[in-house]
Amino acid sequence: MSSVRVLVGTRKGAFILASDARREQWDISGPHFAGWEIYHLKGSPVDPNRLYASQSTGWFGQLIQRSDDGGKTWEPVDNKFVYDGVPGTHQWYDGTQHPWEFKRVWHLEPSLSDPDTVYAGAEDAALFRSNDGGKTWQELPGLRAAKGHLWQPGAGGMCLHSIVLDSSTPNRMFIAISAAGAFRTDDAGQTWRPINRGLKSDYELPDSTAEVGHCVHSIAMHRSRPGVLFMQKHWDVMRSDDAGETWHEVSGNLPSDFGFPITVHAHEPDTIYVVPIKSDSEHFPPDGKLRVYRSRTGGNEWEALTKGLPQSNCYVNVLRSALAVDSLDACGVYFGTTGGQVYASANSGDTWAPIVRDLPAVLSVEVQTLP
Amino acid sequence: MIRVVLPQHLRTLARVGREVQLQIDGPVTQRSVLDALEAQYPMLRGTIRDHVTFQRRGFIRFFACGRDLSHELPDVPLPDEVALGTEPFRVVGAIAGG
Repeated sequence: MSSVRVLVGTRKGAFILASDARREQWDISGPHFAGWEIYHLKGSPVDPNRLYASQSTGWFGQLIQRSDDGGKTWEPVDNKFVYDGVPGTHQWYDGTQHPWEFKRVWHLEPSLSDPDTVYAGAEDAALFRSNDGGKTWQELPGLRAAKGHLWQPGAGGMCLHSIVLDSSTPNRMFIAISAAGAFRTDDAGQTWRPINRGLKSDYELPDSTAEVGHCVHSIAMHRSRPGVLFMQKHWDVMRSDDAGETWHEVSGNLPSDFGFPITVHAHEPDTIYVVPIKSDSEHFPPDGKLRVYRSRTGGNEWEALTKGLPQSNCYVNVLRSALAVDSLDACGVYFGTTGGQVYASANSGDTWAPIVRDLPAVLSVEVQTLP
Repeated sequence: MIRVVLPQHLRTLARVGREVQLQIDGPVTQRSVLDALEAQYPMLRGTIRDHVTFQRRGFIRFFACGRDLSHELPDVPLPDEVALGTEPFRVVGAIAGG
């Protein structure tokens, strides 16, 4: 019987939630790395027992942990993230130039074909790759050459938070940075170019349609339809039908088009999910109602999913990496909140139930579907 | 033997107890102690000082013999009591709360 493993990163450790395909009874293990911020954990699609975790604190810096047994045991691997060459400067909050400084890894993306190859998205924004299971890391510096001097940190830091690998075009990859925008490589990371045409940031940028500088919060793609990308921007939910060449808004009837995560249904490439947040100055759901919104039309037409979610006095946030799906026949949807709840739906979002209610603030949620 | 006391998170990471012992040949300084510590426990590299610059991380402090040695130059000899092993060299996470 198939099963699912939900990998949860929090402000104070990692938790692994496991269930059979019914997704009714859950075993919870953790905290792993208690007391550390776990920005992200993710498993290899070709070896599900190979997991990578990003572990950090302000005191002791960055660590990368690796598990080869599905999270039962972990080993620290290399944590040396050094920018290639002289890293130069990027734009600072006050408009001056500021040196690039490594702070942490926000996202780990294992290769689609090799469990020893994994990408790391860093703050200050850069992309690193390991080809030896995390033992050594090398930057792909061509990314910062894509007008990096014009990138600037958002309130959460200048972070590379989204990495999307394209299985149909192996040398193609998409990444997104706050606040720089989305970028694409077609040569396995050697060279990159901004793909932000169509984005409008009237309240965030002096030139609202600038080539770079947009505060992209997350991007998602369905593997069966690699030319179609979805984006939750600071404000606006966006869609591209040409691999990021152009974008158009699909916010439609959302109660707010501000938010952080976006994801795509496992089997329906036009079914997408977002969690609207009131505004950039009030990071909680509109009207105190925690609602996931689902579009079955690839955007513009949205329905609120509320059954089992708190519909009064709820003032949590759902961060950009904290929404994910499984790939069981009845697609499961999962998200974590800054209030420490992890909610699951075993029916594509129709109904929800908490797996756990009182974890530390949830930073990330990833799901593995196991045979 | 040089005695080094580690903060809890680094003990967990290195899978050691409260105190570790190091053999150091030559002058006993911050640099030689940390070099020996990282050689014996490679997983600690980068957690106490930067990988490249070897600068102490901002929220790390070094105490010994009731003194804060954090701002001493890395090649200044540590107190005799540390060199003789009668007092430990303490790696401390700076106070923070809320």
